Amino acid sequence: MNTLKLKNMKTIKLLALLFISSLAIGCSSDDDGNDDDHDSEEELITTVIYTLANNADNTDVVTLTFTDLDGEGGADGIYDISGPLTANATYTGGIKLWNATENPAEDITLEVEDEADEHEFFYSSTAGLTITKTDVDGDGNPVGIATTVTTGSAATGSLTVILKHEPTKPNDGTATGAGGSTDVEVSYSIEVQ
Amino acid sequence: MKHYLLIVVLCFLNLAHTQNCTYTLLGEIKDFHDGTPMSGATIYNETSNTYTSADINGKFTIENLCNGKLVLIISHVGCETKRVEVDIDGDTYQEINMEHHLEELKEITVTTDSKIEKTSIQQTVSKKQIETFSDKSLGDALNTISGVSSLNTGNTIVKPMIHGLHSSRLLIINNNVRLFDQEWGYEHAPNIDINASGRIDVIKGANSLMYGSDAIGGLILIRPENYAVKDSLFGSTSLALNTNGWGGNINSEIVKTNKNGFYTKIQGSYKTFGDFESQNYYLSNTGIKSINASARIGFKSFEKGFDAYYSFVDNTFGILRASHIGNVGDLVRAINSGEPQYISDFSNTINNPKQSIFHHLGKIEAYKRFKEFGKLTLQYDFQINRRKEFDLRRGDKANVPVVDLRLFTTSLQPNLRIDAYENLKINTGFLLRYQQNDAISGTGTTPLIPDYDKYDFGFYAIGAYNLNLLTEISAGFRYDFSRIEASKRYRVTDWDETYNYDELFPEFNTGVIEDSRYFTNPEFSFHNISANLGYARHMRNDFEFIFNYGLASRMPNPSELFSEGLHHSAARIEIGQLTMEKEIANKFMASLERKHQNFGFTISPYYKYISNFIQLIPIGTTTTVRGAFPVWEYNQTNAQIFGVDIDLYKTISNNFNYTGSLSLLRGDNLSEDIPLINMPATNFSNSITYNNEKLNQLSIGLTQKTVLQQNRFPDYNFFTFDPVLQQEVYVDISSTPETYTLFNFNSSARFKVFKTKTLKVAFNVENLFNVSYREHLNRLRYFADELGRNFNIQLKINY
Repeated sequence: MNTLKLKNMKTIKLLALLFISSLAIGCSSDDDGNDDDHDSEEELITTVIYTLANNADNTDVVTLTFTDLDGEGGADGIYDISGPLTANATYTGGIKLWNATENPAEDITLEVEDEADEHEFFYSSTAGLTITKTDVDGDGNPVGIATTVTTGSAATGSLTVILKHEPTKPNDGTATGAGGSTDVEVSYSIEVQ
Repeated sequence: MKHYLLIVVLCFLNLAHTQNCTYTLLGEIKDFHDGTPMSGATIYNETSNTYTSADINGKFTIENLCNGKLVLIISHVGCETKRVEVDIDGDTYQEINMEHHLEELKEITVTTDSKIEKTSIQQTVSKKQIETFSDKSLGDALNTISGVSSLNTGNTIVKPMIHGLHSSRLLIINNNVRLFDQEWGYEHAPNIDINASGRIDVIKGANSLMYGSDAIGGLILIRPENYAVKDSLFGSTSLALNTNGWGGNINSEIVKTNKNGFYTKIQGSYKTFGDFESQNYYLSNTGIKSINASARIGFKSFEKGFDAYYSFVDNTFGILRASHIGNVGDLVRAINSGEPQYISDFSNTINNPKQSIFHHLGKIEAYKRFKEFGKLTLQYDFQINRRKEFDLRRGDKANVPVVDLRLFTTSLQPNLRIDAYENLKINTGFLLRYQQNDAISGTGTTPLIPDYDKYDFGFYAIGAYNLNLLTEISAGFRYDFSRIEASKRYRVTDWDETYNYDELFPEFNTGVIEDSRYFTNPEFSFHNISANLGYARHMRNDFEFIFNYGLASRMPNPSELFSEGLHHSAARIEIGQLTMEKEIANKFMASLERKHQNFGFTISPYYKYISNFIQLIPIGTTTTVRGAFPVWEYNQTNAQIFGVDIDLYKTISNNFNYTGSLSLLRGDNLSEDIPLINMPATNFSNSITYNNEKLNQLSIGLTQKTVLQQNRFPDYNFFTFDPVLQQEVYVDISSTPETYTLFNFNSSARFKVFKTKTLKVAFNVENLFNVSYREHLNRLRYFADELGRNFNIQLKINY
C-alpha cells in the first residue's frame, strides 16, 4: 500500500512538473503577448506617380497619380490626372512608387532600382503614345523607371503602367510575354490635345 | 510496513509453535468491474500442488491449512491467469478479483471491427497500411477510405475532408489530444507524422462527443500502438525512396517493454523531396523537408498507469512558384495558358514562397481503476504551433515571413468511465482549455489572424447500453462554453462603411485611431450543445445494422471571424466577418455491414443539414495598386450534404482478393438553391491483390481509382477589364477539371535476414500510365498539373 502511494505521489509530482514546464515553454521566447504588435504595411505601394515633363516646354508637366492609402482591400484607389498632354510632343517620364503609410513616406522606387534585374516596368497606351524605356539593369536589359514618351495627334485613351516582379529578362517587351507576378497595375485615363 | 511486520511476526510464531494445520481458507472470486461471481474458476494451490474450482457463487474452500503463506494460481476463461499470495492466519477469508479486460494489456491485432464504440460508423487505416504511406501525409493515407477526400494545396499540403467537410469541422485527435495547429486555414495541413501512429480511425458517424461538440464533418483518431506487458526490446527502420521528387523518408523506432508494466518508445523520421514532376514539366519549388520525433514513456497495470507523450514536427513546404501571382490578370493568363508560368529544372532547394511550421505536442495521462466502479483518467496536454509563411518580397524583406503566428493551447481533461454495470457503460468528464494566439511582430504586414485569448469549458456524458446480446444503443450529451477575446485593427472605412461595424459592434471600438485604423477589442461568447444517439444490431449471417443521429454545433473559427489578408497563391483577398453565428448540424447516418470471411461490404448512406453553414466565396473585385483583385468573403447559408459510401471485398480464390469502393456525394446551398462550393466529385476504386503467404508473404496488387468531373459547382465566374489587352476578360475560377483515372501497382515480400530479423521489401508504381490530370479540390489546379508517374521502393527491417 505504501509503495503504491509512493508511486502515485511520483506520478502527481511528474504531472505537476510537466504542467509547470509546459507553462514556461508556452509563455517564454518571443511571446509579445498583448503588446501592441501592429505592423505597418512595409511592402505596400500606396502611391504611383508618373511625371511627364515636356522636353520643349518646362511649364508643361503632367502628373498621373494613383493613390490607395489603405492598401489592398478597404477603400478603392483614386486616380488623379493633372491635365492633358500636348499633341506631337516629346516628354521625359519618371515613375515613383511610394509607401505613404510609413512616416516619412518610403520610396519603393529605390528598392526596385536595387533589384533592377528582378523587376521591369511595362507601359502601354491607347492614346497614340510611344513610350520608350531609357534605363537598363546590370545585364543591359530595360527597367523602365526612366522613359521617353512621344505623343501623336489629339486623342483620348488610357495609359497603363505595370511593374512585374521576377519577369523573364530579356523578354518580348510586353507584360504578358514577360510572365512574373504583377506588383503594380494602374491604368490612367489620359487626353492628348 | 505494518503488513510486513505482521508477516515477520507470523513467521516467528510459526517457527516457535508446533504446526497446527486445521485452518480453512474461504475464497471468493469476483469480476473486478461489477463484482459478479466467477463460477468455474480453476484454483491451483501451488504450495500443495492441488486443484479445486469455484462453485456457482464464485466461492471455494481449501481445508487443513497451516498458518503461513499460501500461493494460489487462479484461471478463468477470458481472464488473465492470476497468481495470489494469501496469508493464512487461522480461518481466513480472501476475496480475489479477476480481470476480463485482457485486451488492454496485450497487443491488439487490429481488425476492421475493433471499434471505439459498437454503435460508431467508422473505418480504420491499420499500421500495415500506414507503413505504405511512410513518405506521404496523413491526408494521403486517409484518401484511401471511401467518403474521405482531401483539399490540397499542391501535392504536399493535404488537408483531409470527410463528406466534403474539412478544417474546423473535422476533429483530429492525436494520442487523445485534440490537434490545434491553426487548422482553420485552407492551406494548413495537419501537423502529424504518420509514422508515429499505430492506427488511424475515421469516425464518420456521431460518436465523438468525448472530444468536442463541433465534429460536424467527423473525427480522425490517431492512436498509438498498444504494447504487451512483457520483457522485450524491439524496433524497426524503414526507408522509402522515390523517383518523382527524387526523395524519400527514413523512419526508425525502438520500443522497450518490461513485464513490470513500464514501457518506452522513441521514434524519429526525416523526409526530404525536391521538385515534383508532372507528366510534362517539373513543378518548380514544390519540395518538402520534414523532421519529426516522438517519445513516450509509461507504465500500465490493470489498476493504474500513466502515459507521457511528446512529439515534435518541423515541416517546410515549398509552394509552387508559378502560383505566386499579382492580380486577376495574372490569374487569367495562368488559367488560359494551361501551363505553369514559371518552369525550371529540377532543384532540391525550397525557395520562397514556402511554409515553415513547428508543432510541439506534449501530454500526460494517468488512470486508476476502482473496484466495482470504473476507471478514472486525468489528462493534461499542451501544444505550441508556430507557422511562418514566406512570400516573394522585395529587398531586405525577402527572408521575413509575411505570416508569423504562434498558437499555444493547453487543456485538462478528466474522464470517468463507469463499467460496473454489466449492460451499461458510461463515460463522463469535463474539459478546461486555454488558447492564445500571438501574431508575432516584425512581419511588415497586417496579421492575418489577430492576437486573441480563448477559453473553453465543456462537459459530457455518454452512455452505451446493451439491450440484449445483439442490440446496443448509445446516447450522449455535451455542453461547451467558449469565449474569445481578440484585439485587432480595422480600417476606418471598413469598420464604418464596408461592414457597418460602427452600428453593429460599437462596444468593441476603443476609439483609438492610428494609420487610419481603429483599434478594436472584439469579444464573443458561445454556448454549444451537442448530442447523439446510436443504435447497433447484429443479425444473422454476419450482418450488422447501425444508425446514428448527431447534433453538432460549432462556433466560428478565428479565420471566419477575423481573417483579413491577401493570398498570392489564389490571387484573392480573404475576409472574415464579425457577424458570424454558430453553425448547427443535424446528422443522420446509417450503415449496413457484412463482415464475412469471403464476402463483405459496408453501405453507409448519410444526410447532413447544416444551418448557418460558413463558406468562403468570391463576392466581387476590388481595385488595388496591383490592379483588380477578387475578394473572397466568409458568409453563411443553409446547406445540406448527403450521399452514400460503399465498400466491398471478396475472396476470389485462396490467393486472389478483390476490394472496391464508391463514394457519391451531393452538397446544396439551400439559401441560394445552387451547389455548394468545393464538394468532392463521385469517385470509385477497384483493386485486385495476389497474396502468397508461403512465398515470402508475397503480395502483388493493382489498384484503379477514377474521379469523375464535378459537374455540380456554383458559378462564381466573372468578367474583369484587362488594361493590357484593353478588353473585358472572363475569369473562370469555377469550372472543374475533367474526369481522370489512375492506376497504381504495388508489390511486397518479406525475407529472413541475419537469422532472426525480417526485411520487408516493397516496390510500387504510382500513376502507372503517367497520366496528366488536375483535381478540382487542389487549390493550385489553375496553375499546374498533378504528379506524373512515380517509382517507389520501400525497405523495412524489424529487429
